[in-house]
Amino acid sequence: MHGLINRSIQCFLRDTYGDRIWVEVSDAAGLGFSGFEAMLTYEDALTGAVLSAAEQRLGRPRDGVLEDLGTYLVSHPNLEALRRLLRFGGGNFVDFLHSLDDLEGRGRLAVPDLDLPQLELRDHLSGTYTLTCRSHHRGFAHVMLGVLRAMADDYGALALLEYQGAKGDVEIISITLADQQFAQGRQFDLAARTG
Amino acid sequence: MVPESMFGLDPVSLGQLMPMHVWISPTGHIRDAGPTLLKILSGDRLVGRRFLEVFALRRPRECFSLGDFLNLIGRRLSLALRDPPHTAFKGIAVALGARQGVLLNLSFGIEVAAAVRDHKLTNGDFAPTDLTIEMLYLTEAKTAVMEELRKLNKRLHGAKLAAEEQAMTDTLTGLRNRRAMDRTLEWVIEAKVPFGLMHLDLDYFKQVNDTLGHAAGDLVLEVVAGALRSETRESDTVARVGGDEFVIIFPELVDPARLAAIGQRILSRLEEPIGFEGKVARISASIGTTISTFYTPVQPDRILSDADQALYASKRNGRCRVTAWSPDLAAGGAVDGPLTEERAGV
Repeated sequence: MHGLINRSIQCFLRDTYGDRIWVEVSDAAGLGFSGFEAMLTYEDALTGAVLSAAEQRLGRPRDGVLEDLGTYLVSHPNLEALRRLLRFGGGNFVDFLHSLDDLEGRGRLAVPDLDLPQLELRDHLSGTYTLTCRSHHRGFAHVMLGVLRAMADDYGALALLEYQGAKGDVEIISITLADQQFAQGRQFDLAARTG
Repeated sequence: MVPESMFGLDPVSLGQLMPMHVWISPTGHIRDAGPTLLKILSGDRLVGRRFLEVFALRRPRECFSLGDFLNLIGRRLSLALRDPPHTAFKGIAVALGARQGVLLNLSFGIEVAAAVRDHKLTNGDFAPTDLTIEMLYLTEAKTAVMEELRKLNKRLHGAKLAAEEQAMTDTLTGLRNRRAMDRTLEWVIEAKVPFGLMHLDLDYFKQVNDTLGHAAGDLVLEVVAGALRSETRESDTVARVGGDEFVIIFPELVDPARLAAIGQRILSRLEEPIGFEGKVARISASIGTTISTFYTPVQPDRILSDADQALYASKRNGRCRVTAWSPDLAAGGAVDGPLTEERAGV
């Protein structure tokens, strides 16, 4: 698994639960080194070991841990850069949802060896959508669930999200958009960080 | 003023396709413009003004009456706003039929990020076919990736420095090791810094090891290292170059009397008894010194072997003393000469 993904799990545990938890989790997982480097690649088994150790240490099911990770990725101030990159997807939440089809490609444009899930949004009647999430790593959809909840907040949209289950390497999320402009949402300037 | 149609396109459709177009009349006046351009120049009542009052043509440079402008049709154009922030544009103009003038389509050049910031543009200000948003995305994504790489490099650099430091350090005493001493010697010679050099060999160290054991020996070495550090300056290099052998390099110190005085202070420190598990270890040392100004050219091997020779003169004369190298010493004649300073005599 790419170091960016491993490191985001590490930073999530550290920023949310404290340094000590990360040390305990990495020990329990038998990492043998103090932390992941974002720009290196690691054995997939290590990621699994860290998640299992976190599950056990936090006394929380893996799905919940992964969903919290997704929320953290969008809402923690340390990851403002990532939130901004996601906001480039569209000017409102619906445009953003449609941009998810390109997420894998966008990821690869930034980091060529980054292996993100293939996402596909299906548009149903009256503000309902399903998002299929295809990846050989089970669990990405739970991360996406957290990401989508946080992004809905970010755009000020009111949406109901639900994990619908998995079949083979496909997981499905249902999205019901109750109100596109429910709240103010957070500021986003296209060129805020450049120049 | 607002045209009703152009190739069957109403202004709204034209604006969706090309949000940054300008329609210039045969008289050189702006007849209409796309929504993004209108937003950028909102304060200027764009429609109806002379095009060249608002925009300056940068390339091609020749020009300008409208007749010339027609010559620019189909060419790669570079323009900028006449007023601050002088936003730059790339453009292409095509002729409209029936003396309708010219249709010019613009886009931001490489300074797109500044333009987006200056004019507070959003996703909706760009046509979906325009890759500007993707370019901004890519710029930020690459910046974030570069930042991660920069952090990684910094950590690796820190680890490299630590490894180098370790490779230059004697692990027992924390002093520099032989390799570090050789490097420093090369460096001061190359930089033409004059320096004094002291070679020190412990006396009675073997007895400490034999009677009190190696742990006592290690302790003695650590105490010696502490004494050498405290009797020298930060800028001096103190190295353990063998089991009980030390070399000290003193940059900018070439006064033999001062070197001898430092040597004597070191000897007094080393003669203080060292306690070890209720027993006492006693050692002393023999010292030889020399200074770089004796030599032209200054050669590391030569200077080290002369300091060594002076050290053995100290040993021959009963140990616990400092001997400065001199040509006389080299000739073997100065064994009892004034350059050998007995401890009591200084």
